[in-house]
Amino acid sequence: MQMFSEILSRLWSLDRDVVSIAWLSLRVSVTAVCIGLILGIPLGSFIAVCSFPGRGIAIALLNAFMGLPPVIVGLALYLILSRSGPLGSLGLLFTPGAMIAAQATLATPLVAALTRQVVADTAVHLGEQLRSLGLSAPLQAAAMIYDVRFSLVTAALAAFGRAISEIGAVLVVGGNIDGFTRTMTTAISLETQKGDLSLALALGVVLMSLVVLVNMFASLLRRHAARAYG
Amino acid sequence: MDILRRCLLSLLLAAVSGVVDLRNTAFAGATSIVVASTTSTEQSGLFKHILPLFREKTGIDVKVVALGTGQALDAARRGDADVVLVHDRPAEDKFLADGFASRRYDVMYNDFVLVGPSSDPASVRGLGVREAFAKLAAAKAPFVSRGDRSGTHGAELRAWKDAGVDLPAARGDWYRDVGQGMGPALNTASAQSAYLLADRGTWLSFKNRGDLVILVQGDPSLFNPYGAMLVNPEKHPGVKAEEGQAFIDWLVSEEGRQAISSFKVGGEQLFFPATGKTAGP
Amino acid sequence: MNNSPFIHLSNARLTLDGRLVLDRLAMEVDRGIVTALIGPNGAGKSVTLRLIDGLLKPDSGTITVGAGRRAFVFQRPALVRASTAANVALALVNMSRRERSMRTDAALARVGLAGRARDAATRLSGGEQQRLALARAWATRPDLLLLDEPTANLDPTSTEIVEGLIAEMARAGTTVLVVSHNLGQVARLAAKAIVLTSGRAVEQGPTRQILFSPRTPETKAYLAGELPWTSFAAVS
Repeated sequence: MQMFSEILSRLWSLDRDVVSIAWLSLRVSVTAVCIGLILGIPLGSFIAVCSFPGRGIAIALLNAFMGLPPVIVGLALYLILSRSGPLGSLGLLFTPGAMIAAQATLATPLVAALTRQVVADTAVHLGEQLRSLGLSAPLQAAAMIYDVRFSLVTAALAAFGRAISEIGAVLVVGGNIDGFTRTMTTAISLETQKGDLSLALALGVVLMSLVVLVNMFASLLRRHAARAYG
Repeated sequence: MDILRRCLLSLLLAAVSGVVDLRNTAFAGATSIVVASTTSTEQSGLFKHILPLFREKTGIDVKVVALGTGQALDAARRGDADVVLVHDRPAEDKFLADGFASRRYDVMYNDFVLVGPSSDPASVRGLGVREAFAKLAAAKAPFVSRGDRSGTHGAELRAWKDAGVDLPAARGDWYRDVGQGMGPALNTASAQSAYLLADRGTWLSFKNRGDLVILVQGDPSLFNPYGAMLVNPEKHPGVKAEEGQAFIDWLVSEEGRQAISSFKVGGEQLFFPATGKTAGP
Repeated sequence: MNNSPFIHLSNARLTLDGRLVLDRLAMEVDRGIVTALIGPNGAGKSVTLRLIDGLLKPDSGTITVGAGRRAFVFQRPALVRASTAANVALALVNMSRRERSMRTDAALARVGLAGRARDAATRLSGGEQQRLALARAWATRPDLLLLDEPTANLDPTSTEIVEGLIAEMARAGTTVLVVSHNLGQVARLAAKAIVLTSGRAVEQGPTRQILFSPRTPETKAYLAGELPWTSFAAVS
């Protein structure tokens, strides 16, 4: 109970720093999810409707990559973006850009795998009709993606949840630089390390609220749209 | 198809604006440098105190990546930092000898303290470092080690050696190697009522002490000097030599020394500016 | 108008999942009339429609289909989760926006769905969905219309609308091939009929002759309701 009131008072006194940290987290994760959607939806649709050699392996890989450990993504990107690495000249290491790249790497397979699943399901009843209408392959894919758009909101939410809550990758490639690459998760970890558990928990409450708010907004959107289009 | 088009468009816009933002943050960095430093310095809050003063004076943004000393030096070896500010003299000397920096500057020092449960089951309170560590090993008292190749970890290993303890042979359940920063190690020791070697800076600003108190301090072997080095631009052309050197020069200037001295936690000064000695390769 | 058949299948053979579905199927569909494809469940009628539309390829044999636009109305209407109008417009993507909306409005009006243009297609009743699928086919002005049991599960009003539209399209020159189990409907609509059992065409000719004086024992059994559900020999 005492802990609870302490968290409340810490929440009350959270300063501008916390707002900017939350804002950075949101910006990085939303951008990463957008990139994940742009790459993952076409990739997932392609694998769902096109047959090519090695498709079974591609599906298995995709499903496995849904659970890609963030810290491994972080490490791999660190080595790639390091000034001694192949893309070192971009100067992205220890910047929000590197964190976006890391989270997009986590989001893309998740979006692609979920897209593949729902598009494959809808292709069962819609595929023949669309082919019979003589639509080009991209148009067929677009129609099916449109058909499953409400399910893709769920995929986007899952990707967002994964992105905003992960710490392994952003810590390694972002460096947790105060005021520059410090996100909600790295800040929580730092405050825990400093032994300031009530501040860490207060930050955790902010992060949770952020996630809940985004999910509520999306589910409202989904409910409204589903009511109109089934 | 209208809604689909609109969705795609807004997605693209969001991603593009994010990526543009990414490029800005990546390339607007003409006046920013990356300093690889230690978790103890970062977590004590020192940088939050001194960096705004430096920025105000020079306009240079200092981005601190806090790692263990060993990791910080590794990152600098790869060229991922412009300046290192660390505290493990042997490792720093190796870094110099390998040519990754051409000069080391004494910046400041603080000291290590041996903390442990107030009940002090191994009875080391008030002893010298050598006797204290010998007794800890003999009593097999729970001890938490950073185990992360940090400066503090290096100091701890030297303390065992000075005390004549053959650590690989003596270690057992009592020796808990957490492989993490100062804060997590303190959290672990606090939870397990274990002994551990901490830097005074982190200890003073640490809030979750529980039963832990300082048992040994003030021994000359607990002296903990911090050195700064500019990463050799000949090894890594991307290094921002001018701005990095400006930061080091400021740290050892009268103004920088005052900034370091004026950083206090709970009324106690955590870091003491060095007297201005430097060391070459 | 030339009098050669619009569709010609000869010796078509198809196996699906190791089962022989069509076996040396030979049939002809004449241009500009309604032809009914009848036969017991599992005889291969739907599969034949898919072969003609190019959705499936035969293992062997030849299929010749006259040039022109084809439209396929499936047994269960496949609709995108979008508005009724959008589902029609989907078939007209290659046209100008103006042409597309004109044709969409006309097609929906023709099947009595003008008032539902903006409603979600998936919210329509079963009969309305089937009419929508037919409107989509009609809007493309097809040269060949393939229908797979278009009035199964429809109430009499919807059935009348659908049959009226099919007859009208045939009068306008569209070749129609319709699969149906409703022999009354076959008699009303089709000039010719083809009887399929066990993946083979056992009899084809004028509808009246097929229905009232069948020549083969299979057709007689089918019409008498005696033909058992077709069973196929598994292909090893």
